[in-house]
Amino acid sequence: MKDALWLIAGMTAVTFLTRASFLVFARTLRFPPAVRRALRYVPVAVLPALVVPMALLPGGAWSPTPANPYLVGTVVAAAVAIRTKKTLLAIVLSFVVYLVWRLLFA
Amino acid sequence: MKPASPWLAGVRDTVPMLVGAAPFGVIFGALAVGAGLSPVATLAMSACVFAGSSQFVAVSLIGAGAALPVIWLTTLVVNLRHALYSASLLPYAQGWPLAARLPLSFWLTDESYAVVEHRLRTGLADGGLAYAFGSSLAMYLNWLAFTAVGVLLGREAPGLADWGLDFAMLATFAAIVAPQLKHRPSLAAAVAASAVALLGHGWPYKLGLMAAAVAGVAAGLAAEAASARKEGAA
Repeated sequence: MKDALWLIAGMTAVTFLTRASFLVFARTLRFPPAVRRALRYVPVAVLPALVVPMALLPGGAWSPTPANPYLVGTVVAAAVAIRTKKTLLAIVLSFVVYLVWRLLFA
Repeated sequence: MKPASPWLAGVRDTVPMLVGAAPFGVIFGALAVGAGLSPVATLAMSACVFAGSSQFVAVSLIGAGAALPVIWLTTLVVNLRHALYSASLLPYAQGWPLAARLPLSFWLTDESYAVVEHRLRTGLADGGLAYAFGSSLAMYLNWLAFTAVGVLLGREAPGLADWGLDFAMLATFAAIVAPQLKHRPSLAAAVAASAVALLGHGWPYKLGLMAAAVAGVAAGLAAEAASARKEGAA
């Protein structure tokens, strides 16, 4: 597939463009304090925005029930992480719960 | 415990992200080969593009027979959130040389961003650059290795994508962000962003995600202003 070269070249270029967009200007660009304050909320906004739809709409179907393995697993991951501050433990435990739920309800 | 070098600390703090991203690399490798991409092209895409979600979208577009410009444009829009990450890291990167900022931009993923931004924001700015390199390189090698595993497994286990391994990323992001939501403005940002993300779930190109990010930041700032007013009144 000769097109693969162009496919990858184009995707590489646009992806790098988004990632370097601000960082290349770090020497010359200074954000005002209000913007810096706003940007501190990027992680706590974007990560839940990635997680919540996947947990509540697995495969695109609205499923806010205790039989939904994605939802139960996500709640376990969050709870363990908050209680123990151990991210890896939270991931492993929640994955086990998720798998059990899948076996039971899927 | 002896304090690790910042480089190693970056790797260590990224280990949970590696575990979460690994199954995605496997699924990507398997799906890409299944969609007709050669093993070399599949590995090259992971090595050059290094952006999981847009790689998945590209593979499904290839499967649907989309034209190249469509795939490029979709990649751009799906990756727009990286511009937010880039902006958010900028205040910390002012002392970093361009020769470091360029590779770190190339390696900027959801996972490394979450880990590195947290480290820099919580004041452990010492060795921030080495820390970022450690986290980024770990993610990169992990993604390449597990893409290769997927390419190999894809031929043996065609139904791999339906095993439910996609939960790993969910667990990773939930585990890293949940402990950060202890202050009311952060919680407000998370709730608003989640609500908008649910509403915009069906929008094309993950534009719902961008709208959610904007709504979350606005809610966080509003809650911060409200609590400042309350303290001022007390």
